[in-house]
Parts: sequence; structure tokens; C-alpha cells
Amino acid sequence: MIDDERLRRVFRSALNLGDEVEVDVLEYRGIDKWDSLAHMALVAALEDEFDIMIDIDDVIDMSSFGKARELLEKHLV
Amino acid sequence: MTVTAQDVFALAQQDKEERLLPQLVRLTRHHRAACPAYDRILKAIGHADGGGDGREYAAVAELPWLPVRMFKDHVLKSVPDDAVFRVLTSSGTTGAISRIHLDREAAATQARMLARTMRTVLGPRRLPMLIVDSRTTTRSSSARAAGVLGMANFGRDHTWILDEDDRPDLSALKGFLARHGDAPFLIFGFTFMVWRYLYEPARAAGLDLSRGVLVHSGGWKKLAAQAVDNADFRSCFAEHTGLTRIHNFYGMVEQIGTVFLEGPSGDSLYCPDIADVIVRDPTTWAETEPGVPGLLEVVSTLPRSYPGHVLLTEDLGVVHGIDDGDWPGKRFSVLGRLPRAEARGCSDTFAARPGGAAA
Repeated sequence: MIDDERLRRVFRSALNLGDEVEVDVLEYRGIDKWDSLAHMALVAALEDEFDIMIDIDDVIDMSSFGKARELLEKHLV
Repeated sequence: MTVTAQDVFALAQQDKEERLLPQLVRLTRHHRAACPAYDRILKAIGHADGGGDGREYAAVAELPWLPVRMFKDHVLKSVPDDAVFRVLTSSGTTGAISRIHLDREAAATQARMLARTMRTVLGPRRLPMLIVDSRTTTRSSSARAAGVLGMANFGRDHTWILDEDDRPDLSALKGFLARHGDAPFLIFGFTFMVWRYLYEPARAAGLDLSRGVLVHSGGWKKLAAQAVDNADFRSCFAEHTGLTRIHNFYGMVEQIGTVFLEGPSGDSLYCPDIADVIVRDPTTWAETEPGVPGLLEVVSTLPRSYPGHVLLTEDLGVVHGIDDGDWPGKRFSVLGRLPRAEARGCSDTFAARPGGAAA
């Protein structure tokens, strides 16, 4: 099982989001703070937090919170 | 997933043209129907068939080309306003800016195709990445920043070798090599900057770059002033730093995601299976024979959200041979900018028209 709260914390921290931001609905480039540069920081933070290696295709496909969740499920199965 | 050159640079020239032609004809029809301005331009240059099928195209070279400059003068897009996801720009010193419109699908497709092409020389893993630039540049909205960020997807532990004030940061370079120098790592930068900010310091400090894979772009004009050409560039890196895996590439924002990549032997640029080049005599517009320089036309099946599938560039080039090199198809070099073409700002030139020698 994915710990959604842990995943949300990584998003908030890597994208520098306040507590008021609804994380579960976020999409890449849907908000200013999730731009290309922040995307790299987010990928690195996810790799550190969950001790995984995300490959190139998944970096490109990880275009929303939901996609990130799917990606983690794939890795943690 | 492992992608090898056999997956991306596979088609012999005749096979390639047979596959590209119907796809490009369909794309031409699609763009004529979806982009009225494009349709008007084609009518104005004698391709008067509207969205219809009337005109037969028997070869890729017969397809109507669009000068890249058109993206500066006109809004050319084949998606409705509310479907536009990103607008890429390439700025120039005269203030003319190309605007390339991508919808979500086009943005994802171009990123995947770039990844697929680059993986043929990088492998499937994201390698530790040395960026021959500064974070400051990367945070800007320049086309150069877009170039760095597009490549950054292929790396991890990104390390910039220029500091926030664009000064060389030798300790960052040495620190990176101490962490990652004994296994494959990726180096990305614009050709001239790679020479000045990586080669020269690495040589002076005796650094070992032998496990690196260098991907670079941006043209040779600035280095030509120092009498450094591609062969010198490669042999100097090999001799003084041990770096031998070097891939120059050519591509432009007006055909984002399509890159023409230098083969392992370093003699030429090659066309991925989705793309091709045609060299034209700038006075007759006829396709030139291999060995005869002319103006470069680039074709690609990738552009669907804007009519960039058949473009006449402002770069001079030459086809060296066909089906006779590292990979099948045409192999070519970019010789520089057409002299009367607009001069672009050097910083943006590097990213906006990688491989174009306008720097």
C-alpha cells in the first residue's frame, strides 16, 4: 500500500507548496510551482524518500499526482 | 527498456522514404485542414489543393516546405486555443520570436521521442549528469534553458559546472567526478561552452572524463575562430581527458523532439527513422547530390499540433553519403548559417537551433 500522506509530504516539500494546496489533483505544469526544474527536484525527492530508481520514461510520464502514485505502486509491488 | 541504435536509426534510405511519404502527405492534409494560415501559405506557393487530395506527391522532396521563419511572422498551430499546453519560443536579436504550440499529447510525444533517440547512446538508466551551464540560466525562460531542461530528464544528481554568476566552478566539477567519475555519466552542454568550461579546465587540471558520454549541440562558429573543428574537438577530448563517447546533435525548437544525432565514429549526423534531411540548391531549389552543399530542409513525422513537419531551415549543410556510415540513411553535416539569415543572440541560438552555427 502506498502511504498517501507520505507521498503528499514529498510533493509539498519538493514543490514548496503550502498546506492549503490540494495535492491529489495536481498536474505537471498545472501550477507555476510544478515546472520542469521542480519536476527534477520532485523526481529526486521521490527516489530518496522511497528508495527507488525512476527511469527515463517514467520521469516523462509522471505528469500528475495520480501518475506518481501509480509509478510508486509499480515500484513497491 | 533498452533502446539501441537498431530501434531508432534502422531504416535504409529507400525504405525510409517509402514509409515517410504517406505519413507526411497525411500530415500535410491534416495541417491544411486544421491551420487555415498554413493552407493559405501553401496555396500562395502553388500547392492549391486546399484540404483535398488532388495533388499527388511522388516523393518526400516534392512536399511543400515551410521556411522556419514563418513561425516568427505567423501564428501557425493546428490545435484550438484551449488545447494549447505549452508554447515554446526561440528568441532572436532582432526581436522576432518563433512560437511553437504544443498540446498535451504533442508535448508528451516529443519528450518520448527525444528520450528514445537519446537512449540509443545513453542506455536506459538516468545517468549522473554534468551540465555545462549555470542554474541561473536554467531558471530563465530562454530557449537555452529549455534545451538544458529537456535533457535533464535523462540525468540524476544534476551538477552545474558554472556557478550562479556564470563563473566556472572547478570544485563542483571535481566533486562530481569524485562521486561519479568511475562509472558512466552524462555530460550535456552547448558546444562552445563545453570547450571553454569543460575541456579547457579539465585539461589544465588533468581530470579524467573517460567514463563520460558527452551530448552537445550549438554549432561551430565560435570555435572556428579558435580553429577548432569537430575533428579537433573530438581528438583533443580523447587525448587530454580520455573522453571518447561524444555525440553532437542538430535540432530546432520548430521541430522539437526530433534530433539528428552524431554516430559513434563522429563523422556525420544521422536521421532517426521518423525524420530525414534534404539538401537544396539555394538558387534552383533542386535537391543536390551528396557532397554538394546547400540549404537544409528537415522533415519529421512528429509535428502534429503545428505545421512543422516539412521545414526549410536557414542552415547550410551537406549530405556526405547514403547508407554508407555508422547507421543507415543519409549522413550529413551542418556547415553554418545561410549568410543573409537573421543573426540570433548567441545564448538563445545554442538551444533554439542546436547545431545551427549562428552563435
